[in-house]
Formats: sequence, C-alpha cells, structure tokens
Amino acid sequence: MVSRVNVPKGGFNFDNYQRNLILQQNGYSMPKATKTGTTITGMKFKNGVILGADTRATGEALVQDKNCPKIHRMAPNIFCCGAGTAADADKVTDMVASQLELHRLATGRESRVTTVLATLSQYLFRYQGHVAAALVLGGVDVDGPQLFSVAPHGSTDKLPYLSQGSGSLSAIAVFEERWRENMERDEAIELVKDSIKAGIFNDMGSGFNIDLVVIEKGRADFYRNIETPCPTIEKIGNYKFQPGTTAVLSESFRNFVTITEGDAMDIS
Amino acid sequence: MEWNFDPFSNNSFNHYGNNPINASHSAGGIIQRTQSPKVWGGTTLGVVYQDGVMLAADTLGSWGQLARYRKEERLYPVGNFTAIAYAGDMSDFQYTKHMLDSLMIKEYYINDDHVLSTPHVYEYLSRVMYHRRTKMDPLWNTFIVGGYNNGERFLGYVDLLGTTYQSSAISTGLGAYYAQPILRKAVEGREGLLTEAEAIELLNSCMRVLFYRDCKVINSIQRAKVTAAGVEITEPYSVSSEWGFGEGVRGFGSQKQ
Repeated sequence: MVSRVNVPKGGFNFDNYQRNLILQQNGYSMPKATKTGTTITGMKFKNGVILGADTRATGEALVQDKNCPKIHRMAPNIFCCGAGTAADADKVTDMVASQLELHRLATGRESRVTTVLATLSQYLFRYQGHVAAALVLGGVDVDGPQLFSVAPHGSTDKLPYLSQGSGSLSAIAVFEERWRENMERDEAIELVKDSIKAGIFNDMGSGFNIDLVVIEKGRADFYRNIETPCPTIEKIGNYKFQPGTTAVLSESFRNFVTITEGDAMDIS
Repeated sequence: MEWNFDPFSNNSFNHYGNNPINASHSAGGIIQRTQSPKVWGGTTLGVVYQDGVMLAADTLGSWGQLARYRKEERLYPVGNFTAIAYAGDMSDFQYTKHMLDSLMIKEYYINDDHVLSTPHVYEYLSRVMYHRRTKMDPLWNTFIVGGYNNGERFLGYVDLLGTTYQSSAISTGLGAYYAQPILRKAVEGREGLLTEAEAIELLNSCMRVLFYRDCKVINSIQRAKVTAAGVEITEPYSVSSEWGFGEGVRGFGSQKQ
C-alpha cells in the first residue's frame, strides 16, 4: 500500500476546537488571554495622521502592565495601534512589519498604508476572529495621509477619526463633539490626548499614560508617555541601605576549586 | 435524602417547594408582572447647574428594533419642584406616573401646608423600586430624579434593582458610555457653576453624540429644567447634525474612485 503524504491544510487548524469545547463542558477552564482593555484612537489632521493610545494592559480584573506600549511601528511612515488580546495585537503587527521591511528591500520603495491594511485584514479574516486584534492603522505615503481601522474578523473602515478598544465609546464621543476637518497640529494633538483621557478616566479597562505618534509627510514623531494624567506618588521612604549598614562580624574563605595554569583555548 | 433538605435550592428534589421560584398562582405564590419589557425608553441625561437642575431625553419609545412611538414624553413633573426622566419599560413608567401623582394628591389632602420635596419623592421612589425587586416583580425602569427646593439642588438615580446614587451629572443606558465622559469633564469641579446656556449646550451636545452613536435614539429631544420658578419642560426639538465627514471617502480600503 502506498502511504499518503499529508499535505498541510492551509488556514487555521480547528482540530482542537471540539476537544476544547468538551474539556470546558467537563469543568476545565480555558486560560484567559491578557487583554489590553484599551482606548486607542486615530484622526486625520491638516498635514497627516495622529494616533493615540493608553498604556494599561489587563488580565480580567487585574492590571498586568502599567506602561505597555500599544503603538507599533509598521514602517517609518506607518504606525498601528492594537487593542484586544495583547499577544495577538503584538505578534500580528510585528509579523506584518517584518514582511513590510522585506518588501521595502525588494522594491526599494516606501511602504504604503493600503499594503498593511490588505495584509492585516486578509490575515485576520483567515483566522475568523480567533486572532482577537482590533487595530487602528495610520500613515502618510504617496497617496497622502491615510487612516483605517481593522476589526478582529477582518473588516476594515476608512474614516477621518476612529477609536477601538473598551474605551472606544468614551473616546469617540470626544471626537464627535470636537473633530473638524484640517485641524492644526497642536490642536489635533490636544484633541487626541483628550480622547484618550476620556477613556482613561471613564473606562476601567484603560488607564495610566498616553502615547502618541504624529505622522506627517516624511516625518513621524513618536511621543512615548506624552502625558501622565495619573502620576504615581513619590515613595516617602528610601529602602536603599548604604554599604556598611550591616556590620561584618567574621569572614571565612574556603576554596572549592583548585586553580592551575592551563593552555589557552583554541579559538581559531 | 431528608437530612440534605435545602428549602431554597432549585437542585435538590424539594417536596414542599419552598423556593418562591417554584410557587404558582394556584398555590397563592408570587405574582409577577413585567419580566420581558416591550416598549422601551432609551438613554436619559441629568446635570446640575447654577439655577437648578436640567434633564434631557429623546422622545422615542422603541419596540425592539422598531422606532414605534416617536413622540413619547419621557420627562414628567412631580409636584412643582421635582421632575423625573425615565428609561426602560413604558408601561411601568405610566404606572409610576400614576403612583407619584396619587402620592402628591394624598399628601396635599392632609392639608398641613407641607409639600413633598425632591429628596422625599426620591426616597419614596427608591423604596418602592427596591421593594418590587425583593418581590421579584420589578418596575423595569431607570429613573433620574431632579429637583430644586429652597436653594438646594438635587439630582439622583434609581433603577429597577433599587440601586441609588446622587451625583452632579447622571446618564443612563448608552449615555453612561458616550455622554458621561463629556458631562463629567464639563461639570466636575465646577458643580453648580454652569450657566443655563452652558447647560443647554452641554445637554444638546451629548444628545447629538448619542444620536450619532446610539441606534435607539432619534433626533427629537426634550429638556426639563427645575429652578426656583418651578418645573419647565420644553416641547420636542431637534439638534443639528453633521453628515458631510465622509464626502471624499470611497470604499473601505485602497479604492480611490
């Protein structure tokens, strides 16, 4: 009998899905993914695009990371904020960023935002929402400033202002009130900061600091922790002990090894 | 297993059916009314300002996904110095209106020149709400109660569970997600310093955001203001809205034409 060679199936392997369901029904609890529980926003302004994000990463009701960076650099002119499951957002953006770099080396051209959009949405659609990443993608390329959002199932939106994450409702309310076309850079930065602050103060899944990136033609300014609306209080006590605080009463040395001269290691 | 007898558990076989869930009408058990609300009032907002208190709500009574009753008044005066705004089941609100009217009339007929002020009405309403919840027969509503009595402003929230709280800015439903951040930013730290014009602009702005983002809000809203002069409820009106933001947009990706 000729043995069949098993050609690997494309796409996501759903084989364990049934098994996991049965395990769950029998009382085994699924490991909970770290969710970013986030507020991420993006908006177009006069000369480009601004993306903003908070920095809280949550695992159910606990804060896992107080200053996690949610704005990912896809290319020198393209950035992407990620919400949803932290691992999914991080890995998907890293993966696409490295593909983009190879593409830039192959073509010798600046990357385009629509390339990232197509790659991300096609990848997420293939995984039918199981890769739980909700992204706000922005950049400036040959076609001008562009802003998109990608949902976990792969759908995309093209809008002048966007938000994603658990704090997206609070953030979008700020945009609905105050966004105008062709805002100046400083005003636009303030608006994005306010949108993230609305998420930080009104959504429990978002908090701590604000990260921001301003992308214009030929330049991108990444501001890590541009604002810290929830500053930590300086510790009153200093727990560093000076050398000599503890008195040395006695010393004893014991040689566990015998040191002899040897030949030099051959590293040719 | 008589020694495992647990009168309130649904799991064990209970000969006597002590759990009220198992009671029935014929057994003289609990009576339940609204358990699946049909006509639904949406989000409501309330804010404290310089001269008193202002409430706002749209005028929609939804029937599931259908915008069925488009001129439904969701703000109601209780006496001369209190107003309530409702969200939730319309029929339970109509019952509540009747109940509060009866209350005010009965108090009036005692004839002792004392009128129930807003904190009293609020306390009464919250007791009724919690009592109904305990009987597993709630009035399926969320109320915002606002009033102005002898220089004191009052704004409180009470819901179908009997949960109560007071704050200088309150919003129910999806308003808690969209409008509350805006209300908090405008009001917190400046309680009672908002002028009437600012309060009107604030509430209109929030209702506009809700009209944009909440499927079950229509562009027909009412405002109630309670001041030393009494309760004033406006006629339904519309707020302006911007829809040109997407004019230049084509497609949802790389499409250009």
